[in-house]
Amino acid sequence: MKAAPFRYHRAESLAEASAMLADLDNARLLSGGQSLMAMMNLRYVIVDHLIDLNPVREMAGVTSHDSYFEVGAMTRQRCLLNDDAVAAHSPIFRAALSYVGHLQTRNRGTVGGSLAHMDPAAELMGLAALTDAEITLTGPTGARRVAIADFPQGYMTPDIGFDEILTTVRFARWPAGHGWDFREFAQRHGDFAVVGVGSLLTLDSVGAIDRAAVVLIGVGDGPLRLVEVEALLTGVRPDTELFRAAGEAARHPAITGDALVSADYRRQLAAVMVRRSLTDAYRRARAAVGKEGGHV
Amino acid sequence: MSDAEMSDAEMTREIAFTVNGQPAALDVEERFSLADMLRHRLGLTGTHLGCEHGVCGACTVMVDGHAVRACLMLAVQVDGAAVTTVEGLADDDGRLSRLQQAFSDHHGLQCGFCTPGILMTLTEFLADHPAPAEDQLREALSGNICRCTGYQGIVDAVMDVLASPPPAGGAR
Amino acid sequence: MPGKVFVGQSVQRLEDPDLLRGRGQFLDDLALPGMLEAAFVRSPFAHASFGRIDTAAAAAMPGVVAVLTAADLPAEMREKRILLQVPHPAITYPVTQMPLASHEVCFVGEAVAMVIADSRHRAEDAAEQVIVDWRPLPAVAHCLEALKPSAAPVHSAMKDNLAGRFTLAFGEVDAAFAAAPHVFSASYDTHRGTGHPMECRGVAAVYDVVGAGLRVWTSTQTPHNTQRGLVDMFDMAEDKVRVITPDVGGGFGPKNQVYPEEMMVPLAAKLLGRPVKWVEDRREHFLTTTQERDQVWEVSVAVDENGRILGLKGHLVHDAGAYLPWGIIMPYISASTLPGPYRVPSYRLEVSVAFTNMVATTPMRGAGRPQAVFVMERLVDLIARELALDPAAVRDRNFIAAADMPYSMGLTYRDGAPVIYDSGDYPEAQRRALAGAGYDDFKARQAAALAEGRYIGIGIGNYVEGTGLGPFEGATVRILSNGRVAIYTGATPAGQAHRTILAQICADQLGIDVAAVDVVLGDTGVMPRGAGTFASRITVNAGSSVQIAAGQVREKILALAAAKFGVAESDLELADGLVRITGAQGDSISFAELAKMTSGMPGYVLPQGVVPDLEASGYFTPAQATYSNGSHVAVVEVDPETGMVTIDDYVVVHDCGNVINPKLVDGQVQGGVVHGIGNALLERMVYDADANPLTTTFADYLMPTAEWAPKCRIIHMESPTPLNPLGVKGAGEGGTIPVPAAIVAAVENALAPFAVRLDSCPVTPQMIVEKVQAARQQESTP
Repeated sequence: MKAAPFRYHRAESLAEASAMLADLDNARLLSGGQSLMAMMNLRYVIVDHLIDLNPVREMAGVTSHDSYFEVGAMTRQRCLLNDDAVAAHSPIFRAALSYVGHLQTRNRGTVGGSLAHMDPAAELMGLAALTDAEITLTGPTGARRVAIADFPQGYMTPDIGFDEILTTVRFARWPAGHGWDFREFAQRHGDFAVVGVGSLLTLDSVGAIDRAAVVLIGVGDGPLRLVEVEALLTGVRPDTELFRAAGEAARHPAITGDALVSADYRRQLAAVMVRRSLTDAYRRARAAVGKEGGHV
Repeated sequence: MSDAEMSDAEMTREIAFTVNGQPAALDVEERFSLADMLRHRLGLTGTHLGCEHGVCGACTVMVDGHAVRACLMLAVQVDGAAVTTVEGLADDDGRLSRLQQAFSDHHGLQCGFCTPGILMTLTEFLADHPAPAEDQLREALSGNICRCTGYQGIVDAVMDVLASPPPAGGAR
Repeated sequence: MPGKVFVGQSVQRLEDPDLLRGRGQFLDDLALPGMLEAAFVRSPFAHASFGRIDTAAAAAMPGVVAVLTAADLPAEMREKRILLQVPHPAITYPVTQMPLASHEVCFVGEAVAMVIADSRHRAEDAAEQVIVDWRPLPAVAHCLEALKPSAAPVHSAMKDNLAGRFTLAFGEVDAAFAAAPHVFSASYDTHRGTGHPMECRGVAAVYDVVGAGLRVWTSTQTPHNTQRGLVDMFDMAEDKVRVITPDVGGGFGPKNQVYPEEMMVPLAAKLLGRPVKWVEDRREHFLTTTQERDQVWEVSVAVDENGRILGLKGHLVHDAGAYLPWGIIMPYISASTLPGPYRVPSYRLEVSVAFTNMVATTPMRGAGRPQAVFVMERLVDLIARELALDPAAVRDRNFIAAADMPYSMGLTYRDGAPVIYDSGDYPEAQRRALAGAGYDDFKARQAAALAEGRYIGIGIGNYVEGTGLGPFEGATVRILSNGRVAIYTGATPAGQAHRTILAQICADQLGIDVAAVDVVLGDTGVMPRGAGTFASRITVNAGSSVQIAAGQVREKILALAAAKFGVAESDLELADGLVRITGAQGDSISFAELAKMTSGMPGYVLPQGVVPDLEASGYFTPAQATYSNGSHVAVVEVDPETGMVTIDDYVVVHDCGNVINPKLVDGQVQGGVVHGIGNALLERMVYDADANPLTTTFADYLMPTAEWAPKCRIIHMESPTPLNPLGVKGAGEGGTIPVPAAIVAAVENALAPFAVRLDSCPVTPQMIVEKVQAARQQESTP
């Protein structure tokens, strides 16, 4: 299980990486390498040229803005997980990132690498979908922005041109005090989720849900935003029956099975986990409202 | 790869870094993983390969203070970095580190093949978590597979290290 | 008399310091000058014939030294198959693998060509360029399918897929069933997984032109078997084939084989005149290293009104995979294990062994026993449920009593000797396990949990395990002229700490420190005869041999010193590497001096009847297996909505006779239980309908992690066996054997409100959810 031969190229800047990508045939970008290197060792992926983005310091970093967090593509997953400003405002990031592989892989794995790889169970894709993130791609003619909803083109196929580099992602911020939850079902920590669920919600002054976002990961080609569930929740003062109904509505026809688990079982997990996730997200939202002295 | 580029010689690249505090410089095959280089070019065979697809953790080493899978990193990528392997844990005179000694005291190893990777994972984990709960420790260990011990001896060893105060001036 | 300073103590392992510092010497750590590396071209089909193999492009690749196919084998190896390790008259078609397949492959991964290059990387590059003219054939992916009359043959040369058939029986089973007030029947199945030592297999070899000999290093549990296989394959004298085992990174059974690569690497070294090494990668391990546990059972039990067993009968279909390297030993063990700790007056099990187009099955930790224990314990639970009795009480009613020991079951074991349980107290073992788990108040706890919507359950797994299989494992104990003591033995450890255990036994015999003992193992060059490490047999066999040999050395020391000092042997004592006259200020002489004198010192005359050297060899040959036993109790919580199982508590009562080193036994048990948890809940080797393996990475095949490992509460019972001088029984596999039985029972018990029945393992979350849903549907259907 040794990688097939390739030429290694060390990019010192984004511009240099772009130029290499334009010049070299059958080239692939190397970011954290926590999926790519394994696939190369297995010879599922064979490339002629590998362009290493790790030396490009300008591509790493997390900045907080009023309406979004901007994360450089080469930011290590560990750094985003440990970012206290992000965690203080949006605890779901730390919760979701703790499910990403293991500490050793988060030490190398990058945020952009995960998005570009687009594993169906990728937690970062789930967070991006949940927060209506925007992705910036830099090509020879400049940068373009893609809404996360338009980013997936098929199974492990993101909307990235052959000459483009994913440079940043902007995760939209939810209002302070939002309710949140992230959970996965897998038999072991760090495995690809059989089903993962992320939930965000806010409450209005009378305690009804005025905004909700719910996403499933691991259930199909890419993250699945449950817009029907969100519509069901919005404007309603929750009770257990609402969350049960939301769970039932999460048995989405687009959920697929694979060689090891059936679609029906995934739908069952989706129903249970969406119900539980919303219950906890709502509990957190109420606790936050309580803390601020608002309506309960 | 085109015929013109395919030559009899492996493509190599010169790199310089430190390993266990000692400088190293060599012309390394571009496609060698960090583990391949440590084992076959530097003779540091304490780093083991258990799966080569990033799950088992046997190859875990530290690069610039962080535990990484040496099968999922290229050797050329440690140019300029500081690498620590299991060979760098004991004192120069061979005295085991407290963690190594605790592994022996609590039967934290049997065949010993996964042990170096686990020691390296724990070295970073303990540096970051001075007082972890047991479930935190078990989660941190979830990226290392051990088939022999059933993990209990490993957990006991770490708990013992945490429970006993470090010797004056001594490292964990 | 020798003292007992080290035996029975948790002595620190002698193996640890090197392993902890990264100074172990595993197979892949071997770097010989000029060494080449190999990769194999393997079948992508579960069954295919093939024509020409075009190696021209591969041979022209950079760094490639040779590409070998079956056509390149020397005349004496053509069409020759690897030695069958355990022949048996019931085998219908004793087929093992060839070093390279010559015209047909019968499982995905079977090798057809070997590439030798200057690096593994380049050998893999070239292997991809070998072109094989494949002609796919129908494949068989399940043992029940294999035995249908319409099944395609697994090997084209065979008329059907029956590898063997036999029956084990005793008593009047038909009469018992005819007269029994109750008969309960069920079918059970268990699935494949594999041992997955963290170190994969590997072989290196050098051919010595001057001595015309082979030196082979291999990561195996049985170097002597590999030597026998090589001697047979190469038609060489056995003194020309030396097999050496370096540190082995785990075995668990699958390394107890003679594999094709162990033939091809030495052949390549011989043909090329250079050292050659092959190190298996994890994908190859998933494809080509042997697996175990696919069995399907149809069983019936006859009982009286009180749940006492009157008869047991049924049919077992065992999946052999594509070849029979170990013959049919595993289903034989299953069949002789089934009655277990229970008094079964009449028994008949028909066994059919089926070929399939999957990698061969051979013993893996437990070796046929976990399946049999699973079936028996499920049957006992079935009796309890049907008769509305407590599962523990049904077991208690049926136990063989301690007073009945030795107990003859009425069967013949794999070693040809009758199954006679030598010692043990099965009712007491269960009593202690139940007490440890708080069985008496569990029902109340369960009801309280249910009131909170939590589903907890308790399950019992009892077993009796034949261990310490003969025929022998020898040991030589020698005192060297520097006073250190060397033990040479055929035992070959893979993590069990044989060095430590054997040193403890030796040290007590000679009154020395364990640190003064060096143990040399796993080398046919220093110990010409050996069987190997399997069947939980080393402490019994090698340990007893060390005890005997060290005792003889001790007697020799006493005889020599008595002659030298002119005193009676009873006036002498051994301590600290000296033999001295008892009492203060007595004369003494060191072992080192005695060793020098007896190894041929000019001017020293050996006393009459004393042979040279302070050395003795022991070959303990047990009359029969010793039977370890134990009782496990698992407490689990099940989430019926997701199917997730968590293990809340795990209690083990373990009886392996006298314990040499408690910490090491605890380690074997704890590790074994976690392996069993994998078998019960996580590990499943999945094949599709065409016998293509689907779970070929550690991301798909789930090995237990630290979060899955309960802190087992281990209670030792010590029922010494009269069958060996140490009173010991095997301890390496008992941890694993009853775990699927106990855990699946606990899961079923937790799901009792849904009346779910579980009859296979592993139990997956999806399976649990489907069963619960089916039960709910049934409930809601009037």
